[in-house]
Amino acid sequence: MLQAIADGILSGSIIALGAIGLTLTMGILRFANFAHAELVTWGAYMALGVLALTGAFMGPLEPFSFGVPLIMATLVAMVLTAALALAIDWLVYRPLRGRANHLTLVFGSFGVSLLVRMIILLIFGGGAQYYSNTLQIAIPVAPGLRILPDQVFTLGLTAVIVVALHLFLQKTRLGLAMRALAENPELARVNGIDTKVVVRWTWIIGASLAAISGVLYGLTVQLRPEIGFHLLLPLFAAAILGGVGNVFGAVIGGLIVGLAESLSVLVIPAGYKLAVPFMILLLVLYIRPTGIFAGTVGGAK
Amino acid sequence: MTAPLLAVDGVVAGYRPDLPIIHGISLTVAPEEMVTIIGPNGAGKSTLIKAVAGILPISRGTVRLAGKEITNLPTHRMASVSMAYVPQVANVFTTLTINENLKVGATALSKEDAARRIERGYEAFPDLKKFRHKKAGVLSGGQRQMLAVARALLTEPRLLMLDEPSAGLSPLMVSDVFQRLKALVDTGVAILMVEQNAKAALAISHRTYVFAEGRNRIDGPSQEMASNEEVTSIYLGAGGRKR
Repeated sequence: MLQAIADGILSGSIIALGAIGLTLTMGILRFANFAHAELVTWGAYMALGVLALTGAFMGPLEPFSFGVPLIMATLVAMVLTAALALAIDWLVYRPLRGRANHLTLVFGSFGVSLLVRMIILLIFGGGAQYYSNTLQIAIPVAPGLRILPDQVFTLGLTAVIVVALHLFLQKTRLGLAMRALAENPELARVNGIDTKVVVRWTWIIGASLAAISGVLYGLTVQLRPEIGFHLLLPLFAAAILGGVGNVFGAVIGGLIVGLAESLSVLVIPAGYKLAVPFMILLLVLYIRPTGIFAGTVGGAK
Repeated sequence: MTAPLLAVDGVVAGYRPDLPIIHGISLTVAPEEMVTIIGPNGAGKSTLIKAVAGILPISRGTVRLAGKEITNLPTHRMASVSMAYVPQVANVFTTLTINENLKVGATALSKEDAARRIERGYEAFPDLKKFRHKKAGVLSGGQRQMLAVARALLTEPRLLMLDEPSAGLSPLMVSDVFQRLKALVDTGVAILMVEQNAKAALAISHRTYVFAEGRNRIDGPSQEMASNEEVTSIYLGAGGRKR
């Protein structure tokens, strides 16, 4: 039970990071980007690629399984994932925006997600891979509860990112512009906001968070080309549960989905675990379609 | 006559270039002049203002501000040509606080200028200061209009355009808003506004244009327009007084 809760919080925080990016792009760009989950996979593999290319392994930073190279690789992966997101926006979404309806964009994003997944499959192969083969010893923290140091790191990093993003949205001009744009794009332009610039930053931030989420997934689970495919439903469930555009909502939504997934195994066969986010999504849409916290970018109040 | 501040010449515009709503409208606004556009619903009044503000595409004709051509100016660059626009509906960000609304309105300014001018805005609109940390969504219609105007003035525009500033306000609020606009003109701001409330608009503005079916119909000093029979027949008689 305790272990299931800890595992749930862990996978929940990874879902949360991905869902933050999804909720921001959904709130600001106003369409459901099905390719967002593939950005998570892309980020995870880009970090693996950089790690393989640089090769220089400086040894892990005890007690974690990874060292400076993975941190550097993650930073490069964030840049590469942001670049991919901007390229997709420029090549696929930009020509569709304004001319086609939102559903066309959604289907476009479906196509993009398949394409990205296949590219990853072509380059990296379909087998499971790991950033490091170092074996980690789980630390017993309580009777019946063992946690890996990497998992503690994942939780801590998620917390730091959420707080930083909140401060960014509340205190900076760009954050304020993003919240304004999410509510009313035309009024934002009337107020002097160059919405193209803000949209670009939205992609960069969302994609960077997706990359981090992917690396943490690779670190605590494993790397597979289907990461995005498996995260797609949990990400949407978390984002919609928390209210589209609501950063804190996405975090809470992510934790709820993660916990529900891992606790469900106690009652239902593990094979049905993947259906849990789907059930949550259905329930939310049925009972409270705007999410628990009716969403606007940045505001949980 | 002094050189006009705003000169709109033969403008054709609409939501789509192939479906124009206004068909060659011309008008001028002199510095420190208050000009009203009236006309029945669908006359293209709001369309013209939105076209000048760069929100709707202009397919023919020109817009000049202080002699400089600004046709199809990107909307977010309005402040750079000393122009501001207050939309009719949804003219404040309801999910942001009053203070945040003003900060967004000061996007074009440096941070120091923004802080200084927001303070000045609060002096002019003390009601807003009281609610500065409240969400704009809790404000009444009149307070929202005040916030929207205060926001538009942050960039110290020479031309302020308003789309139906009296819409949805109580008669008391209407006269309050109009008094403030009149006071603004006295400080040197030129105003171009669309009004459904023809009586009140004719009473305070210098000149009035009457549009019908996307074209200029008649214009002149507001005082003369109030007694002009053609105006009453086009506008008041055409079932235009919806409110």
